[in-house]
Amino acid sequence: MSPVIGVLAIQGDVREHARCLEQLDVDVRLVKTAEQLKDIAGLVIPGGESTTMSILAVKNNLFGPLRELRTQIPMYGSCAGLIMLANSISDGRADQETIGGLSITAKRNAFGRQVDSFEIDLHIPAIGEPDYHAVFIRAPLVEAASSAVEVLAAIPAGKSLTGTDQVVAVRQDNLMATSFHPEITSDLRIHKYFVDMVRSA
Amino acid sequence: MATDAASTGVTGTTRVKRGMADMLKGGVIMDVVNVEQAKIAEDAGAIAVMALERVPADIRAQGGVARMSDPTMIDEIIQAVSIPVMAKARIGHFVEAQVIQSLGVDYIDESEVLTPADYINHIDKWAFTVPFVCGATNLGEALRRINEGAAMIRSKGEAGTGDVSNATGHIRTIKGEIRRLSSMSKDELYVAAKELQAPYDLVCEVAEKGALPVVLFTAGGIATPADAAMMMQLGADGVFVGSGIFKSGDPVKRANAIVQATLHFDNPDEIAKASRGLGEAMVGINVADIPVPHRLAERGW
Repeated sequence: MSPVIGVLAIQGDVREHARCLEQLDVDVRLVKTAEQLKDIAGLVIPGGESTTMSILAVKNNLFGPLRELRTQIPMYGSCAGLIMLANSISDGRADQETIGGLSITAKRNAFGRQVDSFEIDLHIPAIGEPDYHAVFIRAPLVEAASSAVEVLAAIPAGKSLTGTDQVVAVRQDNLMATSFHPEITSDLRIHKYFVDMVRSA
Repeated sequence: MATDAASTGVTGTTRVKRGMADMLKGGVIMDVVNVEQAKIAEDAGAIAVMALERVPADIRAQGGVARMSDPTMIDEIIQAVSIPVMAKARIGHFVEAQVIQSLGVDYIDESEVLTPADYINHIDKWAFTVPFVCGATNLGEALRRINEGAAMIRSKGEAGTGDVSNATGHIRTIKGEIRRLSSMSKDELYVAAKELQAPYDLVCEVAEKGALPVVLFTAGGIATPADAAMMMQLGADGVFVGSGIFKSGDPVKRANAIVQATLHFDNPDEIAKASRGLGEAMVGINVADIPVPHRLAERGW
């Protein structure tokens, strides 16, 4: 039986994530309420605006159930989703709440505003060759991570103007997150990696 | 703009421009004229704010030439909120667009709400790194704007009226024309392109996908939670609310309510809950009572 994977549908590029997942032979459910979280085997938190997503999750009483669920099933967040899964945020609103779970500090809009959004090829060992074409839109960065966090991908020092590695994809137990948006490309390897996590959970 | 960590990747691509609009989907973009309103919008859960000097209802009431906002005012709003900030340039006014891009705005609206600066040409939007949203009343107009580089389309409606009828008409027209293209055989698309006055390649792309290649929001006259939910049920990816919020009796309540109704657009119980006790809606003006030369939707070609 195919597992049911939820996509948090408060706001953002929900449809693009759903389309990627459907191609990987799972059933997709769009989630707007706590009831819709029941019996899902995994949850994707899409790209969007993390401030808005967080405010609307508070207003719709979703943080309680989401925090409970993150200890039970795999979750994957892209861009705004990475911020939602981070234990702490820098450069966000002081009152911005998150689901948490990843022992990282996420820096919002770390690369600048929309004019600084970019595309770049990344080497990601966990998904194999060839390099992955990653799209960053007003993207966050993993500014700090505990030793419990596995780094899946970084923009190498040679390509980043800061001269240091910039961490853009992480995993910690059942949770994974990327600064970039695999859902708006046609390369399904990141989603496949997550679906494999769900299937083996 | 200050960037802590610019990378050596490629900026300003079609994918990052159109992708930015994808991230706004399901959201409400609110017109704001100062920092206080921008914060109300952000707290209510707006996905972005449109910084402008006068909301369309005031532009309509006061008349005169409407132009780009003061850069200082746009700067202040950028500083005040963490959500994306958009700003309007006049149709064809590429220098206003250059100025707005230099301020670090996230999206430019080449807007019929301002007085056009060029009655023949729109801005060549491919020449910019910042993405553009443009208005359209029908599919041909939408595709001409996309051909010029628009990365997002909003149906125009009739701004500053609080009368949703034109918004309804325009989104229905665009969606209907897309459905018609999808049902055509390949050899009919040549004439369809001619009739739509749109590039043949874009017409084929729409026919094949059954959708625009960019995000489609709707705008112009949305004043209530039910208005917003209706636009979403008609297939909009999100809504712009201009005068409807800050020209109403209780902007905080109404801003929150319109966001909730947009999120739960297919749930009448939630829309009902959002519609209770909002105080006065903007008084509004029937589009039919506006003389044709004063209708903003007619601007743009």
